[in-house]
Amino acid sequence: MSKPKTIIEKIWERHVVHQEQDKPDLLYIDLHLVHEVTSPQAFEGLRMKNRSVRRPELTYATMDHNVPTKHRNIVKDAISKKQMETLKENCSQFGISLADIDHPDQGIVHVIGPELGLTQPGKTIVCGDSHTSTHGAFGALAFGIGTSEVEHVLATQTLWQAPPKSLNVQVNGKLGKGVTSKDLILAIIAKYGVRFGTGYVIEYTGEAIRDLTMEERMTVCNMSIEAGARAGLISPDDITVEYLQGRRHVPQEPEEYEAISREWKALATDPGAVYDATVTIDAEEIEPQVSWGTNPGMCIPVSANVPDPSRAETASKKEEIERALEYMGLQPGQPIDEVPIEHVFIGSCTNSRLSDLRRAAEVVRSKKVHRNVQAIVVPGSFSVKTAAEAEGLDVIFTQAGFEWRDAGCSMCLAMNDDIVPPGERCASTSNRNFEGRQGNGARTHLVSPEMAAAAAIEGHFVDVRKFTEATLQS
Amino acid sequence: MEPIRKHEGLVYPLNRANIDTDQIIPKQFLKRIERQGFGKFLFYNWRFNEDGTEKSDFTLNDKKYNGASILVAGENFGCGSSREHAPWALQDYGFKVIIAPSFADIFYNNCTKNGILPIRLSEQKTEKLIQTAESSKYRISVDLQKQQVTDGQGFLAEFDLPAYQKQMLLNGWDEIAVTLTLEQAIADYEASH
Repeated sequence: MSKPKTIIEKIWERHVVHQEQDKPDLLYIDLHLVHEVTSPQAFEGLRMKNRSVRRPELTYATMDHNVPTKHRNIVKDAISKKQMETLKENCSQFGISLADIDHPDQGIVHVIGPELGLTQPGKTIVCGDSHTSTHGAFGALAFGIGTSEVEHVLATQTLWQAPPKSLNVQVNGKLGKGVTSKDLILAIIAKYGVRFGTGYVIEYTGEAIRDLTMEERMTVCNMSIEAGARAGLISPDDITVEYLQGRRHVPQEPEEYEAISREWKALATDPGAVYDATVTIDAEEIEPQVSWGTNPGMCIPVSANVPDPSRAETASKKEEIERALEYMGLQPGQPIDEVPIEHVFIGSCTNSRLSDLRRAAEVVRSKKVHRNVQAIVVPGSFSVKTAAEAEGLDVIFTQAGFEWRDAGCSMCLAMNDDIVPPGERCASTSNRNFEGRQGNGARTHLVSPEMAAAAAIEGHFVDVRKFTEATLQS
Repeated sequence: MEPIRKHEGLVYPLNRANIDTDQIIPKQFLKRIERQGFGKFLFYNWRFNEDGTEKSDFTLNDKKYNGASILVAGENFGCGSSREHAPWALQDYGFKVIIAPSFADIFYNNCTKNGILPIRLSEQKTEKLIQTAESSKYRISVDLQKQQVTDGQGFLAEFDLPAYQKQMLLNGWDEIAVTLTLEQAIADYEASH
């Protein structure tokens, strides 16, 4: 019997093109996703050296970061406009498929890859975007790269990569009612910090992970990079196979699909395989989370108080907390559920899929957004938007006072016009609460879609479990 | 890219941990399609007020650090977004070497693709450099071949980096050209998959 292997080892071995001493491995890339922000200099590099794209058919582009979500075709910013036009020209010159701004397949790159079935178990997937880890939910080895690497993949369909170390993040038990996979990943990062995954590829295992739907798994893998890991994945199972069946880029014939499904499931980590490191967390302990600071590790349960820097373990930790509190305009010891908000953003590659919108809509149904709050919903793709409208979610949101927008990255990073003004506070379903992320001086609190929805109604954070209970009783 | 072998320069200390690439170069400057010219936007929101005037409390604006080419910072430098605009901005501003106890993986890689030398030193050594540079105009020397940092006054630190990245930086090779010498191996892989 051969040595038990992790899924990471199995995918790696199948993709090594070349090995030699004192060098990383040359790894073949099965799918290269491209967007407008991190690609123009790469295409320009190819042109300067008179190089071509080796496998345009393994390359797929969309525009998501800059696109307006309100008035679709009015790009006020001339530089943004130029960047989008440049992507169009590059795709046309190099023969790459592009889901353009008004294309029915357009959307956030990490939403449309899985939607179209481009993302599949066992693939190596890269994109000039750190949230490429999202695709790991399918048991793919997916990671973000810089623009020089984008150029390298375009020209050679390969990357030089040192074999990664493996980190098992084992989630025992079951998540409680009203506790989501967003709370789970935030709690993991809060517990182990923003760099415990550096140098590793994470595999998420355990009962709570197996119980998650594909969309919930994507939320978890999406934020692997916030723990420092370039990639985070989950071994494929029946849930994976079921999600992908019938999607455009997977085999359509039932027998063929059956055969490939067996191959996919065989990629799962073997019993007894050894990881380089393991950490564990109990799902039962996790409450709905709210971030209070300026990195995703600065997160607390909604029932908790903002930390007090005077209780920090080290001087540098103390300084870090003080700086974060000052930026966030919060007081030590302040209960987080008393903090008033002015904005709510439901969207981003973390939480903009149909099930996210359904759960948020359920919370706001027949209620009104608080008078001090401006709330927007930005579906992750054109197809999510269409599906949500088909079941009337747009009506639930707009009747409650939310704005219903077109697909894009939007207020997650505020490269378009969706910006949180200086000093104002946003309950956001996105992935980063860095200083200035949603606008210069903007204050971001990361939460689940349900928690964002409840905060929109109340005008401050509230434990969505109590909120829903109170609603049911009234 | 330009090779880097030895570098001697002024240290700029930035004693903060977890400096993310959103701070190094905010998103409003990622819309440009060029590789050059990002230096003036480096640490933009920390360096400048809303009206574009310099913030006096941000130390990079201190004249003492004019011409600094070696940045020393806290752990997990360059975390977050994969934007290569971050090393482009650092380089365009004049930084050639970055020293920290640890770096985010993507950022580290991005540096080595652009001829910037990222050096991991222990927290203790990093702190020593930061303290000295906070109190004086402090110049240090970096020798990539020997993998050493020295200051000519007794400070000596050795550092590790992968052999491949070392060779790329020392020689300033075009990585794509190197890979294309293996074109046959790539074609063979494609034929068998």
